[in-house]
Amino acid sequence: MTRTRSEPLRDKPAANTPVFELIDVEKTFQVPKPGRRFSRETVGLKALDGVRLRINDGASLALVGESGSGKSTLLRVLLGLDAPTDGRANYRGRPISDVRSKGTEFARDVALVYQDARGSLDPRMTVGALIAEPLRHFGIVSREEEPARVAQLLDRVGLPVDSAQRYPSGLSGGQVRRVAIARALASEPSVLVADEAVSGLDVSTQAQLLTLLRGLQQDMGLTLVFITHDLGVASYLCEKIAIMYLGRIVETGATNDVLAAPAHPYSAALRAAAPRFFEPLPEPLPGEIPSPLDLPKGCRFSTRCPSVKGDCRTRDPYLAQHGVGRSVACLHPLSDGEGLPLVSDADMSSPAAADIQNQTDTPLSRD
Amino acid sequence: MTGTPTLTPAPQPLLIVDDLSVHRGAAKILDRVKLTVEKGETLALVGESGAGKSTIATALMGLLSGAKVEGHAELEGTGDLLSLPSKQLVKLRGQRISMIFQDAGAALNPAYTVGRQLISALRRNLGLSRRDARARAVDLFSSVGINDAEARLSAFPHQLSGGMQQRVMVAIALACNPDLLLADEPTSALDVTIQAQIVRLILSQTRARGASCIFVLHDLALASQSCDRIVVLYAGQVVECGPARDVLERHRHPYTRQLKSCVLEIGRQDLEAPEGTVPSHDSMPPGCRFATRCPRALPRCAAEMPPLTPASDDRDGASDHAFACWNPE
Repeated sequence: MTRTRSEPLRDKPAANTPVFELIDVEKTFQVPKPGRRFSRETVGLKALDGVRLRINDGASLALVGESGSGKSTLLRVLLGLDAPTDGRANYRGRPISDVRSKGTEFARDVALVYQDARGSLDPRMTVGALIAEPLRHFGIVSREEEPARVAQLLDRVGLPVDSAQRYPSGLSGGQVRRVAIARALASEPSVLVADEAVSGLDVSTQAQLLTLLRGLQQDMGLTLVFITHDLGVASYLCEKIAIMYLGRIVETGATNDVLAAPAHPYSAALRAAAPRFFEPLPEPLPGEIPSPLDLPKGCRFSTRCPSVKGDCRTRDPYLAQHGVGRSVACLHPLSDGEGLPLVSDADMSSPAAADIQNQTDTPLSRD
Repeated sequence: MTGTPTLTPAPQPLLIVDDLSVHRGAAKILDRVKLTVEKGETLALVGESGAGKSTIATALMGLLSGAKVEGHAELEGTGDLLSLPSKQLVKLRGQRISMIFQDAGAALNPAYTVGRQLISALRRNLGLSRRDARARAVDLFSSVGINDAEARLSAFPHQLSGGMQQRVMVAIALACNPDLLLADEPTSALDVTIQAQIVRLILSQTRARGASCIFVLHDLALASQSCDRIVVLYAGQVVECGPARDVLERHRHPYTRQLKSCVLEIGRQDLEAPEGTVPSHDSMPPGCRFATRCPRALPRCAAEMPPLTPASDDRDGASDHAFACWNPE
C-alpha cells in the first residue's frame, strides 16, 4: 500500500517536528466529592499532571503502567478527544484541538485500534462493509475500487478474502482484532494508536498479532503508540518506552535500556513482577496505587517505594535527564542493576538501541 | 517451586482424575483427561482458551450445568466426586475443596458485605457461633493481608479494589482449611504488581495449611515460578504432564514447544508466530486434536489418539513426566 495522496498536514512543518508533542500537559476531571454521593460539590481529579512527551515520525512508543496511571487519558489527549486543562498538546507543530476542528485530515492520519475490538465493530455490518466504511468516509478510493481495496486490506492483516462476507460475531477474538487493525489502516494513516490491542488473547494469537503489527510498522513506516501493561510486548514492539504512575511519566527512554537497567524503582518493580521462567517469585511491591484524589506528599511513589528515603516524602521529583536519551523522575535513581537481583541477561542492550538514542534526542526533562 | 521440585510421589495422591470427559451437545469439550494431585503440591493447568482448563475445575466442583460428565475423580477419603449425590457434594464444597474464581468482583455477592459472606461460610461449614465466626473472620482477613480487618468486614465488594476483592475470595476459600484449592486464573484481571502479591498469597496460605492447589493459568512462565507440576492441555486433551522443569525444559510434545515459544520474555526479539487456530468442535479430529496444526504430524495422528506415555527422562527415580504424541520430539 503506497501512500500517494497529498499530504497537506505533513509538508508544512520542518522535517524534525515531532508527530506528537506534549508540553506539561495536565488533565483534571471534575468528579463528585468522595463520600458525598448526592451533593453537587465536585473536586478535581488530576488524571495527568505535567506530562512531557515527544513522539517523532516513524517512532514506536510503548506507554506502560498499571490501571489508574493515566495511560488512557493520555491517549484521549493525543487523539484530541479530551483537551488538556493546562499545557499544550501539539500534532506536527499545531495544537491538536485546532487540527481536529479543521477538517478530517487528523482523523484520517491518526488511526486508533480500540481495546475492545469487538465492541468497536457494528455487529450488523459485514467485515467488508466495516472496512469499506472508512474508505468511503475519507474518499480513499472510488466505489468501483472498493472491493479490491477491502481484499487488499484483509490480505494485509492476514485474513482470507472471503471473510469480507462474514459478521464480527462469527470471528474469533484474534480475527476481530485483525479486522479492527484493517479498519484502522483503511484511511492510510501515518500514526497508529493501539490501546491494549493484544491483551486478553491467547499467547499464540498474541504472537500472530504482534508479528503482524511489527511487520506493518516496518513496511509502512507507521508511527506507533502502543498502550500495554506487558513489558514483554513493549520490548518486542517498541523502540521507546514511557512508564507511567499516577498521572506522570516516571521513566522514559529506549525500551531495551530502560528494561535492562531501570532507573526508577517503579520501573524496576514492574520489571521484577513480570513472570520469568523458573526465577523465584519476586518480592511484590507493597500496597496498591493510591487514589489520585488523595495523592501522597512528595514523590507519588514514596508510599510503595522499596528504596524510599527521607526527602522523598517531602520533595516531588520531576522528569529529568538521566544518561543518553533517558529521563527519570526520581530523587534517588537506581544505578545500573541496583534493585534488580533478577537481571542476568547481557543481551538486552542491542546495538539498535544506541542508534535510537542518537536519532531522537529527548528534551523530556523540565529545565 | 524452583530449585528442587518435589519429585517423590506421596504414598497416596489426594485426587486422581481418570478419563474425565465432558460433552456439551455434540461437542466433546474434555476428552479423557487424566491427572493426579499429590498431597501438598501445586499443580498448574496450562493451555489456551478452549483447552478445558476451567472446565476441569468446574467439573471437579460439581458446578458444570447442562453438560454430560463421564469418568472418575477419586478424592482421598471421599470416593468419586463425579458420582456423588449433590447433598454430599454441597458438604464437600468449602470444607474439602474450594475454588477461587477469575473475576472476584463477579463471584462475590454485591448485595452483602464481604464480612457477612465470609462469616456465613464459617458458620455454615464449621458450625461456629456468630461471635466466634466474626473473630475468626478478622483473623482470616489479617492473614490474607487485608489491613484494618475489623472495619473491612463491613465493606461491600464494590468498595474494594480488584486486588482486595481477590484477597477476600482467598480468605473465603481457605476459611475451612480445605484439602484442595482450585484457583481459576485468579490474577489475570489484576495489574502485574498486584498479581505477584496474590500468587504469593495463595501459595503461602495453601502451603501453611498443607493443602494442595490446582492453579489454572495461561502464563507458562508464571506456572514455572509457582507450581510443582504442570499439565498442558490442548482443546480438551492432556498433551503433556509432569514436573515443571521436565515439561518446560525437556518437553516432548510439539504443542508444549509451541506454547513455550510464544511466551514473550522481556528483551526477546525473535518471536515466531504459529500458524492457524484451534479447530472448532464440529471439525475436531478423532485422534490428537493438535494434529491439524502440528509440524510433526503423521497420518495416524489425526485418526488415533496417542496414549499418555512415560517420558523416561535420564534421571533416577520415577518422574511422572508423560506425553501424548505419536511422533514426539
